[in-house]
Amino acid sequence: MVRQSVSTSTMTMDARALIVCAAMAVAAGLVGCFAVMRRMTLAADAFSHVALPGIGLALVLRLNPLIGALAALLAGSMLIWAIEGKTKLSTEAITGVVFSVALAIGSLTATGEELIDALFGAPGSMTTAETAFALVAALAVTVFILKARDRLLVSLVSTEVAIASGIGVKSLQLSFLVAFAVTVALGMRYLGVLLMGSLIIIPATVAKRLARSIDGMFAIAIGTALASTLVGSWIAALTQRPSGPIIVAIAGGLFFVSLLKS
Amino acid sequence: MPTEVPEHQTSSHEAALGGSVLEVNRLTVSFDHTVILADLSFSVARGASLAVIGPNGCGKTVLFRALIGAIPYQGSIRWAPGTRFGYVPQKFDIERDLPITGRDLLRAKLTIAHARKEDALHALERVDLREEVLVQPIGSMSGGQFQRLLVAFALIGKPDVLLLDEPAAGVDAPGQEALNAALRRLQQEEAITTLLISHDLGVVYRYASTVLCLARQRAYLGAPEVVLTPERLSEVYGTPISFHLHDDHGR
Repeated sequence: MVRQSVSTSTMTMDARALIVCAAMAVAAGLVGCFAVMRRMTLAADAFSHVALPGIGLALVLRLNPLIGALAALLAGSMLIWAIEGKTKLSTEAITGVVFSVALAIGSLTATGEELIDALFGAPGSMTTAETAFALVAALAVTVFILKARDRLLVSLVSTEVAIASGIGVKSLQLSFLVAFAVTVALGMRYLGVLLMGSLIIIPATVAKRLARSIDGMFAIAIGTALASTLVGSWIAALTQRPSGPIIVAIAGGLFFVSLLKS
Repeated sequence: MPTEVPEHQTSSHEAALGGSVLEVNRLTVSFDHTVILADLSFSVARGASLAVIGPNGCGKTVLFRALIGAIPYQGSIRWAPGTRFGYVPQKFDIERDLPITGRDLLRAKLTIAHARKEDALHALERVDLREEVLVQPIGSMSGGQFQRLLVAFALIGKPDVLLLDEPAAGVDAPGQEALNAALRRLQQEEAITTLLISHDLGVVYRYASTVLCLARQRAYLGAPEVVLTPERLSEVYGTPISFHLHDDHGR
């Protein structure tokens, strides 16, 4: 959520929030590209709910909910990866099970307003520690996707070809899930876990429709995510409304515009 | 750097492998208590071209997946130290609308194999694929173009061994011809060891120096004229096979 300490006369946005917003959008756009191409779109959305038990637990222990969310998401991604390695179940099926259980436990540990805040994003200014975490995490995710682009691409086309090319497919899969988990945790303060899934999926879906190469897809996904986040935050500041739903609505609008391309 | 064979698969004593590039000893692979390959042993000489044939479900693709280390197995698979391999999978359906071009894929392999751009150009020339085709998304390529792209991908990093799993299946006749011609050139001009799974016994007879015939009960290994006899084929496929060995001077 954008800091509300804006001057009502000029309605300028807080610079720190703006930078965090942009960094988060870039990370979400990039991670989304591979999530969408790997057909884990719905799993991606459900996966974000895995944060809930962690948030609930953090609230009980009086810790920053972000720490709880991140811990739960990382544990969730490890669990999904481990089950995937042991069985032949698809990521989607495993995520479905893990997400339902997480939602059940989450609703037992967190209640009322806290849960709503976690789901849809909590207003209020970010602490320096939170800002630092968000920037470092967004940068780490961005660097990982750009560095692992070629390996992710080949594994996407064929697992066997990837293995024969010397790519450690299993560890790559885990790294991707972790990057995904970190990205979801990143968006918690701004969009809430429910809407962060959308910021990962929608820009990448727009990009998949419009792009003709992987670099094109990256550029369009980042552009869409950035435009939605920055314009959404600005409108939210102007109208004094929560930014999450506005950001997602703008991204959704851009998706419908992309449908105009035959 | 070209793909190195994983440590556990390489022999520390090259002499032990003799002139072989690959030695498989008592290989057994099973899934969910069903034995797919049992006690399979064979070796492949450097520069040889081994064709793997057999009825559907006999474990040909499983054998290749074990050879590249993609699935667990019992027994031993030993590649000569430093062997680099390229793998061309069976034709698979990719999503038509993935925004990945041929160029994206080859560029990825150049990075992974630490190869130079010239390697990609050389590989494209080998498979007779024009550069213009590379700007297309892979989903819009024809079956034959995509398979040749995969062969070019496998060739980057200068492999010593190529594993090809029915590369021409599902490709139209002209596409098959172009692919077979490309493979033949590779074999003749670059002396790459090839392991080829094929259902086309004509291709096997013309191109293979050795045939490994996998049957449900046992496996046969030998020269094409020894293994591809009507009696043996009928036994393996469980039905009379009307395959005639033509006088083929092209071999």
